[in-house]
Amino acid sequence: MLKDQDRIFQNLYNDLGPDLSSSKKRGDWINTKELIDKGRDWIINEIKDSQLRGRGGAGFPTGLKWSFAPKEVGSRPHYLVINGDESEPGTCKDRDILRFEPHKLIEGCLIASYAVQAHVCYIYIRGEYFIDGQKLQAAIDEAYEKNLIGKNAAGTGWDLDIYIHYGAGAYICGEETALLESIEGKKGQPRLKPPFPALIGLYGCPTIINNVETIAVVPTILRRSGKWFASLGREKNTGTKIFCISGNVNNPCNVEEEMNIPLKELIEIHAGGVVGGWDNLQAVIPGGSSMPLIPKEKCETLTMDFDSLMAEKSGLGTAGVVVINKDQDIIKCMARIARFYKHESCGQCTPCREGSGWMWRMLERMAKGEASRDEIDMLGDVTNQIAGHTICAFGEGSSWPVQGLLRHFSDEIKKRNKFDPIVKKEKNIPYLVDQHLLDKNA
Amino acid sequence: MSLRRPAKNQPENFEFNSSSLEAANQIISKYPKGKQESAVMALLYIAQKQNNNWIPLAAMKYIGKFLDMPYIKVYEVATFYTMYNLAPVGKYFVQVCTTTPCMIRGANQLVEACKEKISENESELSSDKSCSWMEVECLGACVNAPMMQINDDYYEDLDKSKTLKILDKILNGETPKPGSYRGRINNEPENSRKTLMDLKNA
Repeated sequence: MLKDQDRIFQNLYNDLGPDLSSSKKRGDWINTKELIDKGRDWIINEIKDSQLRGRGGAGFPTGLKWSFAPKEVGSRPHYLVINGDESEPGTCKDRDILRFEPHKLIEGCLIASYAVQAHVCYIYIRGEYFIDGQKLQAAIDEAYEKNLIGKNAAGTGWDLDIYIHYGAGAYICGEETALLESIEGKKGQPRLKPPFPALIGLYGCPTIINNVETIAVVPTILRRSGKWFASLGREKNTGTKIFCISGNVNNPCNVEEEMNIPLKELIEIHAGGVVGGWDNLQAVIPGGSSMPLIPKEKCETLTMDFDSLMAEKSGLGTAGVVVINKDQDIIKCMARIARFYKHESCGQCTPCREGSGWMWRMLERMAKGEASRDEIDMLGDVTNQIAGHTICAFGEGSSWPVQGLLRHFSDEIKKRNKFDPIVKKEKNIPYLVDQHLLDKNA
Repeated sequence: MSLRRPAKNQPENFEFNSSSLEAANQIISKYPKGKQESAVMALLYIAQKQNNNWIPLAAMKYIGKFLDMPYIKVYEVATFYTMYNLAPVGKYFVQVCTTTPCMIRGANQLVEACKEKISENESELSSDKSCSWMEVECLGACVNAPMMQINDDYYEDLDKSKTLKILDKILNGETPKPGSYRGRINNEPENSRKTLMDLKNA
């Protein structure tokens, strides 16, 4: 288990209070000026040395991202945007940072803004977190009052304004370019990349977008050195991470732990074990709903970091661990996730808009045992038609969980759905069966 | 995508009152000059607060003029985001999360409670017109599942009987205490915390 002094979020459970004076006792804001005086290159190099990877899901190296910002500010100002649109089912870590550790985030905003030469920072918070946003606003007001942000922020000579922008219930706004559209006052529909936001982002200006947790760990990394952070976890998967353990466990909780921690330790020690005992475990979704599930056999030895989960054809994503035990109907669970994606598709790309609904309806029928045998392959085909054929990663996010189900639980689906195919392929009815499938069998 | 339609009965006029106007102008000042369109989401929210928790078409037209942007763009935004109510909802607006993490911990019991106490169908006003409920997608409090949101507040760690009690209170016009209903503190593991114990016991 990670030592308590190596935990970055000391106030994760609000034992100490989120206000400025108690935050200062935990070490926030104590030497911000010294850190910034060491210069931009030192900050970016230190973050590169720490091998910090973005905590929002994709795991992109943060230092590298910052180095994409133009070196000189041209005619267009730079912006820093913080992504707090946490909507991935299974994830609720950013909420705790917003309400209990707001000063870590605000200090991180100042350092990151300096590193990418931004004078304005927008924090995008999902609309449902209105109360938590108000708490962050109170912390921002407090920081303005004490001159920690604003003109000559914290005595560093750098000017920074921080504003909160509330979303209004759209999951897709967690996608970085959809988030920018949303700040610009439009529908949250993702943009094509390239151009990447680092060059053409908010209002067409260079913009760096980071997750709340990524920015909130930055001050501590700089204070304790990138080397310290890199010494936790393993190569390329370093540091600590807040894990959210929900679902069928005895004590669902948020806990900050070292990367590469065994999944079993996370569930058994921190979350009080699976309801009904470890043998009652059916499957685990390791990184928020968009990551493929992992069956029990593999959970025994699984470790939680970006690369080892990738090797299991899943991903760490946001580290929202959803535990599903044998009392649950796994097909129904996945059908509900498919319904979520059907509801949240922004409607811009046809494969995702239509396909997410198809997947949901097919899974609902499979859960009831009303599907025919050939539909299992058809469902797999639909997921492949969506993934990789959309503007943003929502296409993958919606089809991966279904692919995970098909990969590990197709026997379960076959057992329940025994109908003969409604359409025999030899009848060759082109409008019901995809042509390219017929050709393959001919 | 979700299907969203404006209500049939629409008021003719809408205008910001003085406090809304002040809030709106303050929000516009957050954005660069000429980018006042960015404020449209916040202004719709203000309009919703002012107009009993829903946004009439007249308000969209008003906001379009207010921000110097076409009405259709405001309409697009209002119909895209699900937190804008396009038809009247109750003064107490109950949103029950039923996405998988809540579902496997018994969110259907909360839905049953709402059906018993408020109305048979979602988005339907209760008999005294003070309350309505609907199922929503993940509200981001998964470790406190099952949970629901009433107006701005989160009610966490619920079951059927606790939900019935909360609904009784709001139907009597009281505002119940938000937060966990199993007495646990925030997101810590109930009765089995292993980390940061020095701070807890300090």
